[in-house]
Amino acid sequence: MEVKNIRIRNMKYGDFNDNEYLEEYVNELRKNGVNLFVGKLGDLINWGRSNSVWPLTFATSCCGIEFMCVGAARTDFARFGWEVTRNSPRQADVIFVCGTIVHKMAPVLKRLYEQMAEPKYVMAIGSCAISGGPFKSSYHTVMGVDRIIPVDVYIPGCPPRPDAVLYGMMQLSRKIKVQNFFKLPDQPQVPGTVDHQTEANGNS
Amino acid sequence: METVEKELLALGFAEVTRSDKRLNVTVPKERLYETARFLRHESATVYDFLIDMVGIDNGDSLGVIYYLSPSQSPERLLALKTSAAGREQPELFSVHDLWDSALVYEREVYDFFGIRFVNHPDMRRIFLRQDWKGYPLRKDYDASPEVNPVPLENEVIADMERTHSITVKMGDRIETTGYIFDNDDYVVNFGPQHPAMHGVLHLRVALDGEVIRKIDPVFGYIHRGIEKMCENYTYPQILHLTDRLDYLSGTMNRHAVCLCCEKALELEVPDRAHYIRTIFDELTRIASHLLGWGCMCMDMGSITAFVYGMRDREKIMDIFEETAGGRLMANYNVIGGVARDIHPNFRKRVKELIPYIRRMLKEHHLLFTGNPIARGRMKGVGRLTAKKAVSLGATGPTGRASGWRNDLRKIDPYAAYAKADFEEVIREEGLTFDRYVIRLDEIEQSLRIIEQLVDNIPEGPYAAKTKAVIRLPEGEFFQRVENARGQFCVHITSKGDKFPYRMKFRSPSLVLVGALKAIAAESKVADLIMLGASLDYVIPCIDR
Repeated sequence: MEVKNIRIRNMKYGDFNDNEYLEEYVNELRKNGVNLFVGKLGDLINWGRSNSVWPLTFATSCCGIEFMCVGAARTDFARFGWEVTRNSPRQADVIFVCGTIVHKMAPVLKRLYEQMAEPKYVMAIGSCAISGGPFKSSYHTVMGVDRIIPVDVYIPGCPPRPDAVLYGMMQLSRKIKVQNFFKLPDQPQVPGTVDHQTEANGNS
Repeated sequence: METVEKELLALGFAEVTRSDKRLNVTVPKERLYETARFLRHESATVYDFLIDMVGIDNGDSLGVIYYLSPSQSPERLLALKTSAAGREQPELFSVHDLWDSALVYEREVYDFFGIRFVNHPDMRRIFLRQDWKGYPLRKDYDASPEVNPVPLENEVIADMERTHSITVKMGDRIETTGYIFDNDDYVVNFGPQHPAMHGVLHLRVALDGEVIRKIDPVFGYIHRGIEKMCENYTYPQILHLTDRLDYLSGTMNRHAVCLCCEKALELEVPDRAHYIRTIFDELTRIASHLLGWGCMCMDMGSITAFVYGMRDREKIMDIFEETAGGRLMANYNVIGGVARDIHPNFRKRVKELIPYIRRMLKEHHLLFTGNPIARGRMKGVGRLTAKKAVSLGATGPTGRASGWRNDLRKIDPYAAYAKADFEEVIREEGLTFDRYVIRLDEIEQSLRIIEQLVDNIPEGPYAAKTKAVIRLPEGEFFQRVENARGQFCVHITSKGDKFPYRMKFRSPSLVLVGALKAIAAESKVADLIMLGASLDYVIPCIDR
């Protein structure tokens, strides 16, 4: 069966800024081919998954306020099925990293990520979460959360506008939709975690 | 010469100077406690409000500046300075028995400079992990990431609660270690990731049934080291960091730094800028109080209130966006004035906003304030007495709800506040309900201020001309403004360079967590979140 083109109901294909990487991914899926029944079932599951993504309520600083704005009256992410914010990582599908992550917070974030059930996604919101942002020269800031956990979508801004956050959410919806649910790709390895694991193995 | 000046000179060891309405008192470190006690209890003017403690690395020695003021006339400032000998094991006497707020301030100075305070019961690091190497705000601190790599394991709880203290009895110096909680205590963790914690505050709460016995707040989960970063940034660059301290009163924080630099440069700011700044400050205050109100109601179970608050706040964000270009971070004040002139629509939009918010305030009162369930929960809970509020330094709406007049807009007017007629809202009882209502009442007063100013914005330039490179003259500068949570203060030590030598921000939220400790003890655990919300602290401002 052929993997179909990816269509998101809420946004036109042409309105997305970068479509190449998803197309490459679709081509790869097409090359390998899938069973008709499994493919159809996978499509159905992905349709459901991409339209009801449950975020974890997690915000460390300013971007959290804009995240609240996304959830509030004007922009209202309930329109896209994202409104069920979960307070427990065990029930969440995606973690919005809103705000700076500092040394003391890094292990907490990592643990939250590890507590989430697969398949799980990470969105880095704001320049602090992406690269350390305005606090790049600080002694206590982690220079981007992708040093601790793998990130799926980056949303730049300081803080990003609610519209930008919505755009990032649509991108994640597409990513979810294009994935083969029965053969999810491995999570990319993060430098920090690899070192840590080998160290732990070496010690034991 | 003031009486207190004469009294201090009569002590014989204090050097007293005067600069910019401020009394500077320098004492040797052995006489620090004696002088502090004198100022707190014995002098003609009772200095019962410790505004802030500023640690400073003077190269050969480490010093501390205590900013004091009398609670009844907060416009009078006194800076008590001392320095600890040596860099290896600097020690000073603790003043925590004179001012409650010193408990956290001294821990902060210890964390950043390594000055240990004798007699302080709990000498732990406050922001950094207990295993952090070095004291980051010292000038010789090694900031290379190899020394303190990003940890991947959580801090061990036993390290987190092990306290150190030094006491001197009959000439003997005794060092003791203890634990915050006993073995029998039933300790529950709130945060750092908790939906109702308003940020990444971590509270460790000892419970007896459902009654709170003790609270140990753990800070630092969003400590970004802004004060150290400031030392390598030029003054206009620093302005961008101030918005990100307390992001809900970003404009006011930035205003404080601008005022401080302008005072140091003796720069004449045009009236137009003053008016625009004042209107922006008040708009920010309304937005912040609306959010605070919404979140507090949400914490008590009313999601609708949160959505209403955010909806009204969006209108203010629109005004910001049109004039300043930014929503949450307006980035609007600059040294000498404002970044650009107001948008042609500005007046119209603001005038539309005022009746709208007034109408909505009525609705908010109808929706929640009059609700018998809400009143039942808020009345009679969480009393903060005026005396305790002063001792803790809990300024802003929290202090005013307890009956302490501390509104700098009235007491020490800056910008265009002197030109507006408004009331300082005061309530007497200091209960959760008072702290709730006072925010809504302050919105009304803010609307009054805006209403009077918006039509009278004078013509003229919106900013004074400044040099391309701004260098502050040598000296120490201090400026306070009233932000949405209380007194936000900036201290700058300048050595005549384009970078500050030391920059310190006083966070009004830091002491509010101390107030939470005071009001939540012996109350029910179910009320803890509501009590925290009624104080409306912002964690990134605490951690800096």
